[in-house]
Amino acid sequence: MIKAILIFNNHGKPRLSKFYEHYTEDTEQQIIRETFHLVSKRDDNVCNFLEGGMLIGGSDNKLIYRHYATLYFVFCVDSSESELGILDLIQVFVETLDKCFENVCELDLIFHMDKVHNILSEMVMGGMVLETNMNEIITQVDAQNKMEKSEAGIAGAPARAVSAVKNMNLPEIPRNINIGDISIKVPNLPSFK
Amino acid sequence: MALKKVKGSIDRIFDKNLQDLVRGIRNHKDDEAKYISTCIDEIKQELKQENISVKANAVCKLTYLQMLGYDISWAAFNIVEVMSSSKFTYKRMGYLAASQSFHDGTDVIMLTTNQIRKDLNSPNQYDTGVALTGLSCFVTPDLSRDLANDIMTLMSHTKPYIRKKAVLIMYKVFLKYPESLRPAFPRLKEKLDDPDPGVQSAAVNVICELARRNPKNYLSLAPLFFKLMTSSTNNWVLIKIIKLFGALTPLEPRLGKKLIEPLTNLIHSTSAMSLLYECVNTVIAGRTVSGSSGLCVGLSVCASLCVRLCFSLSPSVKYLGLLAMSKILKTHPKSVQSHKDLILQCLDDKDESIRLRALDLLYGMVSKKNLMEIVKKLMLHVDKAEGTTYRDELLTKIIDICSQSNYQYITNFEWYISILVELTRLEGTRHGHLIASQMLDVAVRVKAIRGFAVSQMALLLDSAPLLSGNMQRKGICEVLYAAAWICGEFSEYLEDPVQTLEAMLRPKVSTLPGHIQAVYVQNAAKLFAAVLRNGQQGSQEGAAVQETIQLLTDQLPIFVQSADLEVQERASCFLQLVKYIQKLQQKDVDVGEEVTALFAGELNPVAPKAQKKVPVPEGLDLDAWINDPPSEPESEDEKSKSAFAEEEPQQPRQRHREVDEKELARRREERKQEQANNPFYIKGSTPAPKGYQDTMGVEHIPVVQIDLSVPLKVPGMATSDKYVKIEEERRKRDRAEKGKKKEKKKKREKRSRGDRRNESGPESEEDIRPAQTVDIVTEEMPENALPSDDEDRDPNDPYREAVVATSKSTTEEPADPGQGSDTEDAVSSFPLRCFPDVLLGPLGVTARDLPAMHFMPQKSSKHKKKKQKKEKEEKEKKKKKQHRVPNQEEEESVQNGTVEEEEDPLPVCDVQGNLQDSSRVVVSVIFENKSSSFLKSMEFNVLDSLNAKLQRPEGAGPHDSLSVPFQLPPGVSNEARFVFSVQSIVMPQKLKGTLTFIVKSDDGSSHEKLDFKLHFTCTSYLTTTPCYSDAYAKLLESADMKGSSARLQGVGLPFQHLLAKICFHHHFSVVEKINSCASLYSRSIQGHHICLLVKYTDQTVTIDAKCDESSLLGNLLDEIKLTFSQS
Repeated sequence: MIKAILIFNNHGKPRLSKFYEHYTEDTEQQIIRETFHLVSKRDDNVCNFLEGGMLIGGSDNKLIYRHYATLYFVFCVDSSESELGILDLIQVFVETLDKCFENVCELDLIFHMDKVHNILSEMVMGGMVLETNMNEIITQVDAQNKMEKSEAGIAGAPARAVSAVKNMNLPEIPRNINIGDISIKVPNLPSFK
Repeated sequence: MALKKVKGSIDRIFDKNLQDLVRGIRNHKDDEAKYISTCIDEIKQELKQENISVKANAVCKLTYLQMLGYDISWAAFNIVEVMSSSKFTYKRMGYLAASQSFHDGTDVIMLTTNQIRKDLNSPNQYDTGVALTGLSCFVTPDLSRDLANDIMTLMSHTKPYIRKKAVLIMYKVFLKYPESLRPAFPRLKEKLDDPDPGVQSAAVNVICELARRNPKNYLSLAPLFFKLMTSSTNNWVLIKIIKLFGALTPLEPRLGKKLIEPLTNLIHSTSAMSLLYECVNTVIAGRTVSGSSGLCVGLSVCASLCVRLCFSLSPSVKYLGLLAMSKILKTHPKSVQSHKDLILQCLDDKDESIRLRALDLLYGMVSKKNLMEIVKKLMLHVDKAEGTTYRDELLTKIIDICSQSNYQYITNFEWYISILVELTRLEGTRHGHLIASQMLDVAVRVKAIRGFAVSQMALLLDSAPLLSGNMQRKGICEVLYAAAWICGEFSEYLEDPVQTLEAMLRPKVSTLPGHIQAVYVQNAAKLFAAVLRNGQQGSQEGAAVQETIQLLTDQLPIFVQSADLEVQERASCFLQLVKYIQKLQQKDVDVGEEVTALFAGELNPVAPKAQKKVPVPEGLDLDAWINDPPSEPESEDEKSKSAFAEEEPQQPRQRHREVDEKELARRREERKQEQANNPFYIKGSTPAPKGYQDTMGVEHIPVVQIDLSVPLKVPGMATSDKYVKIEEERRKRDRAEKGKKKEKKKKREKRSRGDRRNESGPESEEDIRPAQTVDIVTEEMPENALPSDDEDRDPNDPYREAVVATSKSTTEEPADPGQGSDTEDAVSSFPLRCFPDVLLGPLGVTARDLPAMHFMPQKSSKHKKKKQKKEKEEKEKKKKKQHRVPNQEEEESVQNGTVEEEEDPLPVCDVQGNLQDSSRVVVSVIFENKSSSFLKSMEFNVLDSLNAKLQRPEGAGPHDSLSVPFQLPPGVSNEARFVFSVQSIVMPQKLKGTLTFIVKSDDGSSHEKLDFKLHFTCTSYLTTTPCYSDAYAKLLESADMKGSSARLQGVGLPFQHLLAKICFHHHFSVVEKINSCASLYSRSIQGHHICLLVKYTDQTVTIDAKCDESSLLGNLLDEIKLTFSQS
């Protein structure tokens, strides 16, 4: 079982948190902080496994993480999951994001948390791995996005226009922050087909 | 209508959407909280509007805020509203918000049941999908119960997309509503064959999770999975299946054998490292259990694979390689030990996860030979380790490694002490108490090391001011506690007590924690006694005494002012003592002796089991309540917190004056716990290495002179490195000597029979002897306890209690005064009678100088609740004396040698029934070699009957004999235990057996055998069980009790003795006694109740008995009659 999936950046800012067990909001924040603390002090070329997160799980649990540019992808899993399998899964996840957002970068995750959740929910459901085939995931996500667009239809058009205008009017906002716009590099390593 | 829609959209233009919110938050870095609270206010406004799109937008923003740690449970109802929107876009937002924030305690969840059901049955597959995904996160028991059927229907949906989600969510439903498992399982099993790989994978996933919780129930699916494993190509599925098999093989060893081939194939064919690693893991798991030869192939493949993994460039793979190795290490240490270098190399890895794994592995790899080398490496790492966590980890590992199995691998304790001293130089460690307890333990238990330890400790004390800068934390200063105590307690080894005394009374000491100061003061007193003792010897020392007294009267007042009560009290006592002695000295009274007497007596370690071995006086029932329990339980704080609790201020006075039994028992428990924490109580169960020869005296160890000009480095400490070299030389020398002494050595080895430690290490290890005369002090035992060797036994041995039972029995008051059967031997003070008819049968004993053997079969077992119940049984014993002259006739006489049977007063056996295990009894046999020859290769065999069988190791045939695990030099006795399984206990029975052995005398050796019979009486299956009279009355009334009676004539014993005799020999307890009438009760190990009513008139005893098993009762009465007819 996967207990939690966390994405945060190099400064520990959460970009996505998905807990498959219930915790209070405060505990969730503590877990994120603790995990960030554990993960961030490690070099890049050390192993991707960590034992000993206190708050989440217990001795049975492991943190399995990958670090891409500015983002950490952390999966907290118990012993029923294969360590290397989860590593591959993180890779699949990131590649899927890359395809869906077309060259994903941290900003995409910041502004479209809901979309990331939707993609994730096609991969992992209730803490269990639902699908590992990237093409299948993308097909389903695309189909749902199409539905959404058709629903918005004409009524959605003005909103989209306004939002585009907003973005134009405030050009400095997303880019003036010194983090985040480095696109996530996806090395090749898929072993799931 | 259209207008309204447009209006809604226009409204939205001016609302913030999620992106606006995020942007806003990023623009308000400085007052983020304030900005968010205004946003939340806006959201609240938006939620009040009717337009669903506005609500959905608000809910979407709330989801984001939830991630940032804001509680959004107040919006739960609005979330439900959004979930019920007919538009997929909004529905999805609603379900997302719900899955992030709903939980079992959310009360609006019950409103969602119908909505979710509607969505599940929606014609749009994505509505269904979204509902399933959401439900998987917030499913409650109620929802599971209500929706289980709908979900089960979805498992057969036409769309695989829905099917796989439905299958997966079933696991969550099972967890919340277990009743659904049974009806859903057949369909779940069907899904294993689903044409869609995604659905198949989901089904495998669910079953694997279920099986992990309760593997047994899923064993039957093994063939199905086996088929899947050989046919599937999906790595994810394969990994899951292989993991599942890893959980199943421990339950079904045959599975391991079957798996080995497909797994090896996979290992060779797969390119996915993840799959390969799981295969290795499962092979290891399978091998662990079955250990069969078939898997040896897998073993070697795995071990070499692990090594390959460890060499991998990817640190993750390396980590997993080490992880797998540690699993192999548990069962097959040999195959890992050869890779010591590889693992030491991993200690240099920059990755902490890998280093910690490597450390774990090292623990299992040390041996006498490589301990010093490994620890030396570790010490290097300690020096350069950054980060206290890792350094502390290293420190504890070093100590763990060295102290494991009762210091089994340490050959030179001076080296160990110097390692400990070196460790004290670590700054900021939190494990000072650990080092301290090791120092205490070693100094107390290894007598030969005391001199060296004292000299090192004195140096430590001396340099304490140097270190005290970083000693204030609760960590390393604990070492001073140990140092002060060792110097004080073993002050006779101290070269210059005055100097140490000065060091201990420096003003700076008063900055140490209270409990350490207290020890300082107390041990200063001991040192003072030592100074006085020396002072008697000459006038020069006399002056030293005067100086010391002066020093003490000057310095002690500092401690008298201490804020710590303990320090204050001890210091004032000591100060008064000093003043008094000063007065006496002025009058020229010699007080040295008397002061020394204050601290006389050695503090020996006490075995943790010592208390248990103290016999309970007859008639004292420790479980009985004397008074009602105190209404108010004592506070927890009495429990000792640290290893040094002893020294801490005494607890406040007892509140309850009447101390009842329960209280006592509780305190005893506490004391035990405290002992377990106390370094002076030895916890280990392995024996001390004894009687090693000294090759290298303590004086050979150079102690460097103090060089005060070098600060920071602890001056004068011996360094551990030196010992590595010394040790090497010593071993070399030993090896050379060994050649010469070979013969001598052989003899010695023989003598040290039973010393299993030698055999445990690699073969060549036996040759490595510890350097000093290391006799680790043996633990103190109560005087009347049997000097049993059970310290030597595996602590998990289920029968070890047996010895305790025996020792207990030794002190039991003989119930029968007429039974004067005592030899000096502790065991033999046990008054049991010998039954002539059970004497060992035909004695085929050689007429040569043959060992007479005492057979003392014993049965014993564990008891419920520590209460020792003794069942006795007599056994035969026999002793043969050979009257032939040695070297005369040989073979013929073997057959019918004139063997004189002599009734020997030696007791024979003690049978203990086991309430926990109704079909097993343990027979302890004491073999005593009465001859002057050496006996070896003893083999014990018993002809099994239908009812009782000797339990043999797996794989042995039903007629194979068991070898006795020791040899017997002349005049020595030892005890062996054999387990029998017994079917029925209602009949007594005898088992015939043979003991074969080789007699080794000066003129060669010969094979001999000895026949005997083991007699299992019915009585031996009874356990003394107390019974209360009301329960007893109920028992008597119950219908299934069958009655019987017996009458004994001419019994000359007083009634009291008679009862005692029945109770003692036949394991009854008295329920009630009125005049010359008494009721007795006992219980068999299989739960039969036996009630006796004993009446006594005019030398006639009538016994009316009831029991639920009539044949048992009959036999028992016969045995009782026999007991009396013999007396």
